[in-house]
Amino acid sequence: MDGVHDLGGMDGYGAVTPEPDEPVFHHCWEGRVYAMSTAMAASGAWNIDMGRFGIECLPPAVYVSSSYYEIWRQRLENLLVEHGLATADEISHGRSTSPGRQLPNGTFTAERVQRVLKRGTYTRAPQAPPRFQPGDRVRARNIHPHSHTRLPRYTRGHVAVVELLHGANVFPDSVVRGDGEDPQWLYTIRFDGHELWGDDAEPGTAISIDAFEPYLEPA
Amino acid sequence: MPTRDAEHSSLSDTERRVRALESLLIEKGYLEEAALDQIIEAHETKIGPHIGARAVARSWADQDYREHLMADATTAVAEFAHHGRVGDQLIAVQNTPEVHNMVVCTLCSCYPWEVLGLPPTWYKSPAYRSRAAKEPRAVLSEFGVTMPPETTVRVWDSTAEARYLVVPMRPSGTDGWDEQRLASLVDRDCMIGVGLPRTAD
Repeated sequence: MDGVHDLGGMDGYGAVTPEPDEPVFHHCWEGRVYAMSTAMAASGAWNIDMGRFGIECLPPAVYVSSSYYEIWRQRLENLLVEHGLATADEISHGRSTSPGRQLPNGTFTAERVQRVLKRGTYTRAPQAPPRFQPGDRVRARNIHPHSHTRLPRYTRGHVAVVELLHGANVFPDSVVRGDGEDPQWLYTIRFDGHELWGDDAEPGTAISIDAFEPYLEPA
Repeated sequence: MPTRDAEHSSLSDTERRVRALESLLIEKGYLEEAALDQIIEAHETKIGPHIGARAVARSWADQDYREHLMADATTAVAEFAHHGRVGDQLIAVQNTPEVHNMVVCTLCSCYPWEVLGLPPTWYKSPAYRSRAAKEPRAVLSEFGVTMPPETTVRVWDSTAEARYLVVPMRPSGTDGWDEQRLASLVDRDCMIGVGLPRTAD
């Protein structure tokens, strides 16, 4: 979706302000939200792509004015309600009024913690040979789906060179549409700064994205 | 451990709501409190940039390891990682006099957290995410880094499930240093590509 989350190239957000000796979490509740989100994602009720779309679906004004873990908290509450795992009233009161539903992967117990301390695997067996090879010139397609996509707006319509061919990966657009993993080849494609930003580009810059094959056409 | 919340006598609305949510998820049987504690503890005490720094330091000291790291960072970094495991599609990109690499996620907050820890707030901020792809040299200057015009600044926007680890150039004056001493020069920011390693003196 052409959402406010798709920030690449936007102006007006000011200077980058690093915080010296930043703690991992600034407040205890941030750690609890992070851990609950991780645990519930591991429940199998939704995958990483559906979780990202959950953030993209927040109202734009909420997205730009909320802290990172405040966004995560709202996303988690929304996903729980959407998937029928809790009601808004139960969440407000912190009391269950009906039994919990069976999660695909069962209760998230301490024994399962180690598994979520490593990123998940999203490579899959390919469905066809790759359409492109390193060195090929490709154009990022001019697509504007209303649902989830990982093709940033600032690249659409622009020409790049294929630099790396990764494996076939779970295709986020398909998962979020409800059409299954539909694995697609993943490429790193490299744009020259001027191709993306014209005469306003900084000199001597190049930008790459990781693009799924359906995002690309020959150029 | 964060203590800021404990300094306030009354709970904030957010903290009250988070506590309610946790109670509910436990009561529903979806998760265990101890599991949450362990996830937080691992991120606060065990997973951090010291993991990536050890891989970078070894790559400076050992050419065979460097080739392994550049060819397959997932397996190369694993021995330094928490429980010896790193997710697949970790990719090391090396800085040279010709190319300086820098990593961003313009769409959300993708980051090689198994090797660098959870991302800092600035990495997740709209300011960094909006500007890194369009004016990386200006962003670098805000971190105190000026790249010469003849060095290409190369930005990796992490838009899928590959993750990027920047391998900075070894500082001069470090000949003969052992890995531990080399690792002390490597901080998080230089492995994201917004900083440079500390110098030998």
